[in-house]
Amino acid sequence: MHYFISPVLWQFLVKWLTHFALFPPEASSIAPYADALYFFLIFISVIGMAAVAALVIGFSVVYRQERNPVATQIEGSTLLEATWTIIPLALFMICFVWGALLYFRIYDPPTNALDMYVVGKQWMWKIEHPGGQHEIDALHVPIGRPVQLTMISQDVFHSFSIPAFRVKREVIPGRYTTVWFTATKPGRYHLFCTQYCGTLHSQMIGWVYAMTPDDYQAWLASSTSGSSLAQNGERLFASLGCNACHTGEASARGPNLAKVYGSRVQLANGSYTTANDAFLRNSILNPAVNVIAGYAPIMPTYQGQISEDGLIDLVEYIKHLHTNERVQQTLNTTQVQGSVSASGAGSTAQPQTAHGASRMVNQ
Amino acid sequence: MSTIVSLPDQSTAKLPKHTYLNNEYGLKSWLLTGDHKRIAILYLISITFFFFIGGAMAGLIRLELLTPQSDLVAADTYNKLFTMHGIIMIFLFLVPSVPATIGNFLIPIMVGAKDLAFPKINLLSWYLYIVGGCLILWALIAGGVDTGWTFTTPLSTHYLNTHVITAGMAIFVAGFSSIFTGLNFIVTIHRMRAPGMTWFRLPLFVWSHYAASILMVLGTPVLAITLVLVILERTIGIGVFDPTKGGDPLLFQHLFWFYSHPAVYIMILPGMGVISEVISTFSRKRVFGYTAVAFSSVAIAVFGFFVWAHHMFIMGVSNYSALVFSLLTMLVAVPSAIKIFNWAATLYKGSITFETPMLYAFGFMGLFTIGGLTGVFLGSLGMDIHLTETYFVVAHFHFVMVGGMLMAFLAGVHFWWPKITGRMYPEGLSKLAAGTTFIGFILTFFPQFIVGYLGMPRRYAAYPPEFQVLNVLSTAGASVLGIGYLLPILYLTWSLKYGKIAGNNPWQATGLEWQIQSPPLTENFVETPVIDYEAYDYEWLANKTKHEVQTVG
Amino acid sequence: MDSQAIVTLPEHEQPAHEHPDYVRHHFANADQQRETANFGMWLFLLTEIMFFSGMFAAYLIYRNWYYPAFVAGSHYMIIWAGTMNTAVLICSSFTMAMGVYSAEMRNRKALLRWLTLTLLLGLVFLGIKAYEWHAEWVEHHVPGLNFSIEDFTHVNPKYPADRPLSVGMADKTQIYFSLYFAMTGMHALHMCIGCGILIVLLFQAWGGTYTNGHMNTIENFGLYWHFVDIVWIFLYPLLYLISRHQ
Repeated sequence: MHYFISPVLWQFLVKWLTHFALFPPEASSIAPYADALYFFLIFISVIGMAAVAALVIGFSVVYRQERNPVATQIEGSTLLEATWTIIPLALFMICFVWGALLYFRIYDPPTNALDMYVVGKQWMWKIEHPGGQHEIDALHVPIGRPVQLTMISQDVFHSFSIPAFRVKREVIPGRYTTVWFTATKPGRYHLFCTQYCGTLHSQMIGWVYAMTPDDYQAWLASSTSGSSLAQNGERLFASLGCNACHTGEASARGPNLAKVYGSRVQLANGSYTTANDAFLRNSILNPAVNVIAGYAPIMPTYQGQISEDGLIDLVEYIKHLHTNERVQQTLNTTQVQGSVSASGAGSTAQPQTAHGASRMVNQ
Repeated sequence: MSTIVSLPDQSTAKLPKHTYLNNEYGLKSWLLTGDHKRIAILYLISITFFFFIGGAMAGLIRLELLTPQSDLVAADTYNKLFTMHGIIMIFLFLVPSVPATIGNFLIPIMVGAKDLAFPKINLLSWYLYIVGGCLILWALIAGGVDTGWTFTTPLSTHYLNTHVITAGMAIFVAGFSSIFTGLNFIVTIHRMRAPGMTWFRLPLFVWSHYAASILMVLGTPVLAITLVLVILERTIGIGVFDPTKGGDPLLFQHLFWFYSHPAVYIMILPGMGVISEVISTFSRKRVFGYTAVAFSSVAIAVFGFFVWAHHMFIMGVSNYSALVFSLLTMLVAVPSAIKIFNWAATLYKGSITFETPMLYAFGFMGLFTIGGLTGVFLGSLGMDIHLTETYFVVAHFHFVMVGGMLMAFLAGVHFWWPKITGRMYPEGLSKLAAGTTFIGFILTFFPQFIVGYLGMPRRYAAYPPEFQVLNVLSTAGASVLGIGYLLPILYLTWSLKYGKIAGNNPWQATGLEWQIQSPPLTENFVETPVIDYEAYDYEWLANKTKHEVQTVG
Repeated sequence: MDSQAIVTLPEHEQPAHEHPDYVRHHFANADQQRETANFGMWLFLLTEIMFFSGMFAAYLIYRNWYYPAFVAGSHYMIIWAGTMNTAVLICSSFTMAMGVYSAEMRNRKALLRWLTLTLLLGLVFLGIKAYEWHAEWVEHHVPGLNFSIEDFTHVNPKYPADRPLSVGMADKTQIYFSLYFAMTGMHALHMCIGCGILIVLLFQAWGGTYTNGHMNTIENFGLYWHFVDIVWIFLYPLLYLISRHQ
């Protein structure tokens, strides 16, 4: 009935009420849990606020000067102090425990997650699917399947945020960070960079497309670039000369990489660590820090010679490397010009165009 | 509304003949003063100046955010606006706000001393503040800084070509201003108390400043060295934060937040001290649970040093360290809650009046409670994942800093205005300003909680259109808020000449400062006071005023 | 309670208004002034500890991560220079303490002598440091400006038993040197400030300011000087003595 109010105001009201939302759509498996914690926190906040307001307003009315001209001096009450220390503490501890459980849920991925890789750079997101599909500022995921994002920045701090999924993780230069989620509702959801990263920080946004499994397969098939990440990685493995030392033989200069991903390895200083994505990336860029027990520290560093995309390719490759068969085949067909020597500290492998390796890739 | 204001007979009242204001004349007597009261006034003028610059930037930010596109200012300019807004408001306004103005003025008087322990260092503090301020203005005029007030590396070290070094130096210098003020306060409180003034007879205002000073003194140097390292990395290229040289950008985060978290307690504790004084005076009652409130201040200071990584929960710290910091964050929330309840209990069986300082104090209690509770939201790990780096955080810290601290500052300025100037401010206008501020504040910042949960990131010049309505509400509130802050400038200045003469103790309050003339003598006390009564002793005060003859003039 | 806030003490109990002219008016007596100034200096030194602590924290972390690089970097330090500097500073702390004693004994000439010696030793320290830094510049060990990892990827002639580093680890020596220059630079800055203040104190001591019973300033400056010495005593083993057991 916009006769009584101006049409402009009416339009505004209509627009507002139809779009009015207090929280983003719950589009992931964890979102309801996050919202539950949120409602609990709001609940205790409202109670706390109401208590304080009631006390302040109530006392102000009852003990205002006209009604109570003489104040009664009261020193304090240990009992009251204890009460209003213990009750808030208890409530905050509940928040702590609940929040911690939720945190571990969000940051500890399940083992059967679909891997995807994210490289953030000023001012765009590059997303890579294992099958070789590349996206910019968009992320297609299937619903109903856990997806794990392994992320790294090429330059400054960014932060990958999907409000509808209630997940967010910083994307840092120099090390991988991961986050996982399971999308539950098909649709298009905002993707934001939430860590200030320079001029076009507010343009570093995109969309997450959650699709039914069928739609997702269709999309995968239609957007593949031809070679998967692992295939690219295999190519790099040969062209950078990795296969010269990591042959898989017992007498090789470098450790066997087949099935190494996820296993426990012993370092030269005696400690044990898990060979995860970060470890692999670090071993390529800072091999001197991660020398494996029983091997000489002769691996040259590839810092500055591989991009983050290339590192992701190599990591994907090693992740799925189960036998060294093809490694040894590429060795036989590749020319490696004696550039990796046992005694030469400080020399670097020279990139080779691996004639043989490129034949392998076109399946 | 009834009132406890008791002014001398205005038809014959005159200001005292000798005060710290007319003791000496001339610019040099102000710029080379050692008098803590004059230095407090110098600070008051300076921080007000910087507040309005920072406020103007806030205004521009909110204007830009009226529309979803980045159409009022270019993205780079917007980035500079929020950076400078943060730097100016935090380092040049909030950190010195209560300590350097009201604290400087009152701490010596409240402990019964003639001045702070080191008057020359006090003056040096102000000059360092001015140098820091000038450097920031220089950075601003020369083109601005756009690192964000958090100077995150490697953005600030390698990816920006704005005036990062100038801004870093400005904060470095201003930091030393803060350190020296804190040092002065600690030594004064330890060593210059009048005979009989034991620790537990001190007003709670002094306790809060003591706690804040510990933080200033121990935390600020870490910020200083961090800025030095950033400047070295930017100039000569050392690589302590640079991953390509083996450094770790996360190290910067740890070092930066090691100061910057205690910094927020540096900012709020003095404000809490003001609230203790105001609530007690306008309920005519001792603060409920004096010991608890005093120890809470110290507890906040101590715990405040151990929670810094709650700014880094999603940055790749290990799950276990995240656990520890979240737990400690919950612990640091408890003393603040204790204080709020103690203040509320002070009202019980009091005799309450509603002068402007009391209205601001009520505003503080409400808004700080909301702000503090939303801090619990953020301290809860899993919730923080969704909420961090969004407008929820922006709303949270504005609630505690502006709704809390700035209201406490205004409460303090109004409460001690008669003591500092000898004149009363106009009560009607001041109540209007308080109400305007309160309403404007809620309208500005409450929508930001909602838009934050919806996912709107902070530091965005442009945003998705569905967030526009809430942003428009927020900007509307900001205009109201601006009026609320402009009004005091106008009427307080007016009151300097036309305000009613206040007399010694217009509020009938306890405390040493209210037993001396308004404005005070340069040496504060005619003779050294000897204290043999407790703080907030209203019975003693009632007795005294029965016998006392008030003379003014 | 009938007592008033501001009481006048009976005449004979009031603190005497005569005081030496070095006692500032906001202090009740010389004792309070001395204790207050002393407290202030100790508190200031506490802030200085916090100031250096950031760099020590960074050092701890990086040494843990890149120990071989730190060893290699440390083996390129000029050990005689560092050791001599340590001896020089310890002596200067001794001369400073003697200066404080002289002021207490109101011996103006002795005070001047000891202060001058302290200043000279301080300048010797700075001179040796300048020599070291120059040598490091010449050897291309200054991070950011002209750093080269050549030395670290080859055998160190002074430590032939040391294995040369791989390129990856050699790159990390830049972190070691960054911390070296930052820490010794900050320390040297504090030494310079100390020497500057010493010059001022020398002038004032010549005028007899500190030998008339008021030696607070000398005492407190002594504290500062000892602090700067102690910082060096931590820096020396951390920077110069990593894995030196030849």
